[in-house]
Amino acid sequence: MYGFEALTFNIHGGYLEAIVRGHRSGLLNAADYNNLCQCETLDDIKMHLSATEYGPYLQNEPSPLHTTTIVEKCTHKLVDEYKHMLCQATEPLSTFLEYITYGYMIDNVVLIVTGTLHERDVQELLEKCHPLGMFDSIATLAVAQNMRELYRLVLVDTPLAPYFSECITSEDLDDMNIEIMRNTLYKAYLEDFYNFCQKLGGATAEIMSDLLAFEADRRAVNITINSIGTELTRDDRRKLYSNFGLLYPYGHEELAVCEDIDQVRAAMEKYPPYQSIFAKISYGESQMLDKAFYEEEVKRLCLAFEQQFHYAVFFAYMRLREQEIRNLMWISECVAQNQKSRIHDSVVFIF
Amino acid sequence: MKLFEDLPPMDHLRSEDMSLVQIIIPVESAHRAVSYLGELGLLQLKDLNEEKSPFQRTFVNQVKRCGEMSRKLRFFGDQISKAGITASPCPASQQVIDLEELEVRLSEHEAELLEMNANNEKLQQTYNELLEFKLVLLKAGGFLVAAQNHAVPAETELVESKYSKKDDESLFLLEQSVQPESSSKAGLRFISGIICKSKELTFERMLFRATRGNMFFNQAPAGEQVMDPVSGEMVEKTVFVVFFSGEQAKNKILKICQAFGASCYPVPEENSKQMQLTREVSLRLSELEATLDAGNRHRNKALASIASQQWNWTIMVKKEKGVYDTLNMLNFDVTKKCLVGEGWCPTFAKPQIKEVLEHATIHSNSQVGIIFHDMDSFESPPTYFRTNRFTHAFQEIVDAYGVARYKEANPAVYSVITFPFLFAVMFGDWGHGLCLLLGSLILILREKKLGSQKLGSFMEMAFGGRYVVLLMALFSIYCGLIYNEFFSVPFHIFGKSAYKCLESSCSDAHTAGLIKYRDPYPFGVDPRWRGSRSELPFLNSIKMKMSILLGVSQMNLGIILSYFDAKFHGSFLDIRYQFMPQMIFLNSLFGYLALLIVIKWCTGSQADLYHVMIYMFLDPTGDLGENQLFWGQKELQILLLLMAIIAVPWMLFPKPFILRKLHTERFQGRTYGILGTSEMDLDQDPDSARRQHHEDFNFSEVFVHQMIHSIEFVLGAVSNTASYLRLWALSLAHSELSTVFYEKLLLLAWGYDSVIVRIAGLAVFAFATAFILLMMETLSAFLHALRLHWVEFMGKFYHGDGYKFKPFSFKLLADEED
Repeated sequence: MYGFEALTFNIHGGYLEAIVRGHRSGLLNAADYNNLCQCETLDDIKMHLSATEYGPYLQNEPSPLHTTTIVEKCTHKLVDEYKHMLCQATEPLSTFLEYITYGYMIDNVVLIVTGTLHERDVQELLEKCHPLGMFDSIATLAVAQNMRELYRLVLVDTPLAPYFSECITSEDLDDMNIEIMRNTLYKAYLEDFYNFCQKLGGATAEIMSDLLAFEADRRAVNITINSIGTELTRDDRRKLYSNFGLLYPYGHEELAVCEDIDQVRAAMEKYPPYQSIFAKISYGESQMLDKAFYEEEVKRLCLAFEQQFHYAVFFAYMRLREQEIRNLMWISECVAQNQKSRIHDSVVFIF
Repeated sequence: MKLFEDLPPMDHLRSEDMSLVQIIIPVESAHRAVSYLGELGLLQLKDLNEEKSPFQRTFVNQVKRCGEMSRKLRFFGDQISKAGITASPCPASQQVIDLEELEVRLSEHEAELLEMNANNEKLQQTYNELLEFKLVLLKAGGFLVAAQNHAVPAETELVESKYSKKDDESLFLLEQSVQPESSSKAGLRFISGIICKSKELTFERMLFRATRGNMFFNQAPAGEQVMDPVSGEMVEKTVFVVFFSGEQAKNKILKICQAFGASCYPVPEENSKQMQLTREVSLRLSELEATLDAGNRHRNKALASIASQQWNWTIMVKKEKGVYDTLNMLNFDVTKKCLVGEGWCPTFAKPQIKEVLEHATIHSNSQVGIIFHDMDSFESPPTYFRTNRFTHAFQEIVDAYGVARYKEANPAVYSVITFPFLFAVMFGDWGHGLCLLLGSLILILREKKLGSQKLGSFMEMAFGGRYVVLLMALFSIYCGLIYNEFFSVPFHIFGKSAYKCLESSCSDAHTAGLIKYRDPYPFGVDPRWRGSRSELPFLNSIKMKMSILLGVSQMNLGIILSYFDAKFHGSFLDIRYQFMPQMIFLNSLFGYLALLIVIKWCTGSQADLYHVMIYMFLDPTGDLGENQLFWGQKELQILLLLMAIIAVPWMLFPKPFILRKLHTERFQGRTYGILGTSEMDLDQDPDSARRQHHEDFNFSEVFVHQMIHSIEFVLGAVSNTASYLRLWALSLAHSELSTVFYEKLLLLAWGYDSVIVRIAGLAVFAFATAFILLMMETLSAFLHALRLHWVEFMGKFYHGDGYKFKPFSFKLLADEED
């Protein structure tokens, strides 16, 4: 149907696209961030946010605020918006929207399993989970002893079940295993999402493949950097890279053999889109890489709004909101800990 | 023109005189002064700190405190509505307390409430646990007993092993939540507990999976609802008993129970112990219940006392917040001892404001008075019309199009009559008019009561426009009498009809027509017209012509208003090159048409006006023949046509050229532009020296603008006149619709002899009348009248690009919703 979405898109998707674009115009802009950065206390932040779309969510909070409250309430707003959109959505948009949450689900699963491993209280862990990635029996994850049980007991009912096919082993869970499981799951998830978007076709496929490819490449780089100096073998590392994206397949070959950050850099600089990211950071440094990637991602996500009649705006909006919440968290933390000079270290302006 | 000069000043036509004033308030009396100003509500302060974000302003802490207090009040409101208390606010007990005291009181109340809630919650939790325990005891005990009694042979093995074990366990049943360990490995043990009904299915499935099916799950609905401690709602619960064997399974099951939020309670197997336990639990439950009740009563009492005050407090906090928000808009002067504010106030209100400010100085024992003086203004002042409850709705109708420019002619003055009248032309039926009148009278008579309460959005709209509806109804009755329609039935109110049938049987009335035998019917349409052959042609003709007459006069009124506006603002250019050609153009074409209509009515001539108008353009010199209405018509037409043709370039060309000439004259020889008149600027407060910059004169832009205006007017004259024909069209539609309902519903149903059919017909007729004619038609006629005013009438003169005067007023604050 490429080229003809404009004819039929609005029958089902028009209302929600309007909604999501309306939400997007509620994102904080540079002026808001400037004001927020000047805040002296968390109350000031609350006061400023009360003039934005977050107002109703924060207005009933008693005064000694905590960073966690702010973040929780902001996330709450995102979840409310998401749920509203999901309720209104028809196929295939509803499936698309559900796909967005799978990433959070994976994170939650990993969080609970790791937490149980370190013998934390389940309720406490549940509170830390991202509300978008909740599913019915998530608390039961604590029962499982190994991957097989994890799968058989709990995850078989969740949409994550198909992604597990590669990591069902009887090995006991340990930190390393869990991390590998997370990445394997994420790989499978990204590939599945990618295929789903390709199936949708049209502008959705075009834009989403770009966004997902970026996500996959970023994960590949992160996996590489994080696995340098660990016992993960090259082949294992290679297995964790998603089978699409700009780096696939030749970039992956190179990344798989990297031994330090500069080699990663050399491998990545062959790809023009990533050259600019690496150009921003000095040699041997990996701290600022996250921020550089986030900035690039935000830029791409904003571009998704330039085109109409496609689903990528929903994905982009969710991601942008998430980034905004990260920003708010960082600003609030800086304000709360009197480290205002460091505010700009990690805030990514969206507009 | 002399006549116009002598007219009394048209106060209502123009908005109030506004003055830009500056007030300099010493800090010590600032709060009082501003709150007095809020009571008065006649001063709109400008925000002088626009560049500052809210938390950088001076009184941010106070604003925050107010925000905190309103949060507490909202919390109370929540609690009160949750507890279901409806205490009427008692304004009588309103003692004056200041903000600090209120703040202290509010936090006391909050702390008290929070403590009570916490206690209550604890008690509730214990109560819930006990209740759940009791339910488990009752139900699970039932299972166990049933299992004991109905042990079928097939189960013997299981049951035997189970019961053999139980005997030696029963000693410490009470202490542990789970059936304690026994040495026998094959032992069957059980866990009993309670879980939310919604989770029960997944719970069972999970148990099945975790134990690989080696368990037996038994469940029964609890029968009683248990309060969910988090949401405070009652939830359905299910009691379950799981039988299993093995230590590992136990751990798993316990973990799953925990994960699902199922609470496990031990149940002794022996009947006697169960009974004993149940008794104990029931006893404690009743004790707890009493405690809970007492706690609730106490809490409700506290809440009720808060509820009685809540309204006053909310208003007070709102006012305080308003005062501080306003104070935040003021500037500090250099010495930091005074606050400087600028704002607009109606000129008539200056003495009042001065008086109020003096009071504030005296009451706050300030040494220094408040300085209040005028300033020169360079920007356009806000528009402020004093309205009363009658004119308010009409002003709102006009404001919905656009707020009048400062000192612009206010169309609302005319709309008070023209709007309901045009509505009534379309809605002419005195039966329907009476219904509307009844409705509006109900609203008006219960004004006091309705005004003080919250109404739904639709009722709010109807209530707001009650006086509009009243006038619409009165005019509908008037027009209905003229049209002689009462639910489409003609009445002989003003005497006998002027017509009678040819024969006494009246069988050929529709074919042969009637004969006139006496003077015309004195008022409105003759009732005999109804149903006659010439009814429609006659009514159409009269309504169509009437629409044209009304339209031409209303458009003329619009253009005349543009004259008064131009005269008021001293713009003679507009009078000469806009008003005059427009007048000439409109009246030489459509004014002439109106004249012809009137002449035709007066003389009863048979002339074809279409023909006259069309051939006035196509063949101005041709012979009019039988269409001649008066002597010299041909010459007059040629003259009018020439005038209309001349009027077009007249309104198009001179104005932009003259503007250009004026501009070049003004700036002749000034190649360097204007030097800033530095002395003047220095004298003034730098903050208030916001002068409008001279804009560059762009001839092509002005010319294009003028061209658009002229074309719009010329084309508009035709299309607007045609647009007034909607008066006829809607009136026709209305009368036809009501005829259909009357004849095809009511009369048809009346034709039957059955009571049921008659009642049904009457009911359907009543519904159709109420919903289609009274609601839908009212709405559509309203909208069309609105359009005629906004586009056809106001388009002739109204700019509507002003902004409203929004004074700082407590009254407005109190009305505002959160």
